Amino acid sequence: MKHLVAIVLVALAALSTSSSHAQDAAMVEAARKEGKVVWYTSLAIPSSTALAHYFMSKYKGIEVIVNRNGSQRVLQIVMSEAGASIKNVDVIHTSDAGHFVLLKGKGLLAQYSPKAAEVFPAGFKDPAGYFYGMRATLSAIAYNPRVINEKDAPKTWKDVLDPKWRGKEVTAHPGYSGIIMTHVLALVKQYGWEYFQELAKNKLHIVQSANDPAQVVASGERPLGVNGAEYFYYKTMKQGNPIKIVYPKEGVPLVVSPTAIAKDAPHPNAARLFTEFILSKENQQILADKEGLYTGHPEVTYPKDKPMLKDLKLWPVDAEELEKRNAELKKRFTEFFGA
Amino acid sequence: MSIPGTRVAEWVAEARGLGFKRFDPTLPVWIAAALFVIFLMLLPLGAIFTTSAYTEKGLSLGNYVEVFTDPAYLKAIWNSLIISFWVGVIAVAVGSLLGWLVTRTDLPFKRAVRALVMASFVTPPFLGAFAWMLLAGPNAGLLNNWYRSAFGSETALVNIFTIEGLIFVMALYSFPYVFSMIANVCELISSDLEDAANILGANKWKIALTITLPLTAPALIGGFIVAFLHSLSLFGAPAILGLPAGIHTITTQIWAFFQYPPRLDLAAAFSVPLLIATVGLIALQKKLLGRRGYSTVGGKGGQKRLLKLGYLRWPAFLLVAAILSLSVFLPYGILLKAALSKAWAMPLTADNFTLGNFSFTFFEYSDTRNAIVNTFKLGILTATAGTLLATLLAYITNRQLLRGARYLSFFVLAPLVIPGIVLAVGLFIAYTRPPIVLYGTIWIMFVAFLTKEMPIGFSQTESTFKTIHPELEDATRIIGANRLRALKDVTVPLARSGLIAAWSFIFIGVIRELSASILLFTPSSKVVSVVIFDLKEEGQIGAIAVLGILLLAVSFLIILSVQWLAGREFFAGSRG
Repeated sequence: MKHLVAIVLVALAALSTSSSHAQDAAMVEAARKEGKVVWYTSLAIPSSTALAHYFMSKYKGIEVIVNRNGSQRVLQIVMSEAGASIKNVDVIHTSDAGHFVLLKGKGLLAQYSPKAAEVFPAGFKDPAGYFYGMRATLSAIAYNPRVINEKDAPKTWKDVLDPKWRGKEVTAHPGYSGIIMTHVLALVKQYGWEYFQELAKNKLHIVQSANDPAQVVASGERPLGVNGAEYFYYKTMKQGNPIKIVYPKEGVPLVVSPTAIAKDAPHPNAARLFTEFILSKENQQILADKEGLYTGHPEVTYPKDKPMLKDLKLWPVDAEELEKRNAELKKRFTEFFGA
Repeated sequence: MSIPGTRVAEWVAEARGLGFKRFDPTLPVWIAAALFVIFLMLLPLGAIFTTSAYTEKGLSLGNYVEVFTDPAYLKAIWNSLIISFWVGVIAVAVGSLLGWLVTRTDLPFKRAVRALVMASFVTPPFLGAFAWMLLAGPNAGLLNNWYRSAFGSETALVNIFTIEGLIFVMALYSFPYVFSMIANVCELISSDLEDAANILGANKWKIALTITLPLTAPALIGGFIVAFLHSLSLFGAPAILGLPAGIHTITTQIWAFFQYPPRLDLAAAFSVPLLIATVGLIALQKKLLGRRGYSTVGGKGGQKRLLKLGYLRWPAFLLVAAILSLSVFLPYGILLKAALSKAWAMPLTADNFTLGNFSFTFFEYSDTRNAIVNTFKLGILTATAGTLLATLLAYITNRQLLRGARYLSFFVLAPLVIPGIVLAVGLFIAYTRPPIVLYGTIWIMFVAFLTKEMPIGFSQTESTFKTIHPELEDATRIIGANRLRALKDVTVPLARSGLIAAWSFIFIGVIRELSASILLFTPSSKVVSVVIFDLKEEGQIGAIAVLGILLLAVSFLIILSVQWLAGREFFAGSRG
């Protein structure tokens, strides 16, 4: 009897894996027929390029067309293409979770439940099945240790308001970057707009992408970044550039960047295959190891020199609120900083 | 010499007793060309006007009120005007000095100087701005670092992220326009008048001031206006150098209006006064220059002699070399360094050396290939169609073929003042919905570039035609050729180098165009300049440097081959 049960179990297991393999093979076949997948993404250029190449070397014959831009620009392009009935994009990925609330509301997203996402925690899944958190990062402070001593370096968000940093700081822009949009909302909720009003007095150098401050800090053009994509600071630091990242004790804005398939995706099968791939444990581990990102996948391990998310106080933001306050956040930030 | 050509044509026609002299079998060609260019202009302009005049409440001035009462927007307009004014002044000073030195004096190494001015012209202003960001950023900029280590100073020598910095960089890439206009005119003035003055006892400096300068006056005023309007419509340079310091200009503000959710209505309202300003400027130019004739070259060969600079020869050369090192050597040097470095601000040692930027840009980054193909496709298409159209139009206005031909030049020149980005809004509104949907293809950019480059192509062909006296054509027509035939067989061959110049001006204008593309591109129709701007926003310095070098290298290659094909130097006139 025992044997029988075991045999049945083994058979069932074999059956289920083989059927899922067959399913996978069918998906790959269908994707291959489509030949390519068009990806509008806000993931940093080196990272998104690398990811596309991982995919292309795994699934030969399916090309990934990467169109990288800032989150807000990705949305702008998606919306204007939709307005002109141009069907070009397959997979949409930005760092502004509010975008996905908006796109879902306008009926521009396709529902899809990737198998890979089953293990993801609640904060990384849309309950209705339209979008999934592909990666997470933080918005952190960073400085150039060749210019600023560790003991002088800011430790808290309020430290960067000190007038001694006048002319030495750089900020990225919420009108471009989803990470910074999230950052601004998180800090406004903690400290109110007075924080940014005060910060603007330090005559900041204003760049667009949350990834750009890494280069500005490393070159010493402005030795202190008051925000920026932590994964890109980390990546730039690992390349041997003079950068130190500060994770303020009082809290760090957590940015979960969703991915979704477009309703009118011209390559729907390739889009699904690509979505499965980017959410797979294999790829999520690569994102953690090579790109310095955090992920929603519970089994992924992280480099030893990165803090664990559970050891940090995180400031997550609500996607709905991000969507509602998008225009206000951009407008007020621009008022304070001039551009 | 001073008899207006049209009068001659009339006498000739009357002499032949042609009672129906107004009838011309080639008329449909001229009318079609004129209508086409009017259509090109009217569609986007109409879109802008209607969009600006409607709010949710229907026809209203609400958008204008909103735009022109907000101090932030007014500040942007003020910034643009100040910047453009000074750019115009500096460009005229530098451009005319160089143009005169190269054509009318015994300055050494003239060909090299011409080639380098050409190089500054070819350099896209956004690329120059990018290079100057690396050169003169207050803290990491190379020049400031040299200055600090040389003089032990704590502060920076220059800060490029200021209004002054912006004027400086924009003037560096605007003066070649003035240079080419002045050099062309100086080339064509024969020394007859100067000789006359000499016989009457004027010394060489007095001749330069009282003969040569007044003869170049139309070109000087035209040069100022072109440089002013050119800098008014630049987008890349102010975006790269102004925005980081919180400085908005008209173009960057309009670009900001397009961010999601787009406010096309405000952008449209914001650009209308600019159109009015252009009309004013062009009217002013006409009034200042009047209808004075400047046909000082006819079908006969004039002679020109060069002014001996004497002891000023080498100082003048050093000054020229210094100017050109600011626009060419230093920027190109830093681009090359950035392309070959892992960290651009560090010294280029063996440790810091890499070819990784090249392999990444060409073999990994997926935008590159597509963008290169699109860019050159657009460059060749637009330059060819544009030169053809500009030739027809310049001929119409120059020879007054159609009633109201003078007003035609307004339509042709108007795009000069419409910042590319505004033109792009107009086209965006016009071509994203039926009946004509061009958005999403390179054709919307083709239309944009054709419209936008028309003023450059037109003024080039116009000024060339202006210096070709109609008497030769009239002679051809007396023999029995029609207008088109005369144009093709007589005028065009005479104007050949000017037309080739027009072609390459347009080509270069297209491949470095950013301000319209930035709005009209979709990911499948990206061009190199847009890719560079994207890379800039993310701070991918190495890849930008690589693409920038590629853009420059290919431009030079094309120019050299066109030059070789034409069998002579065409930029700013012949070798003389």
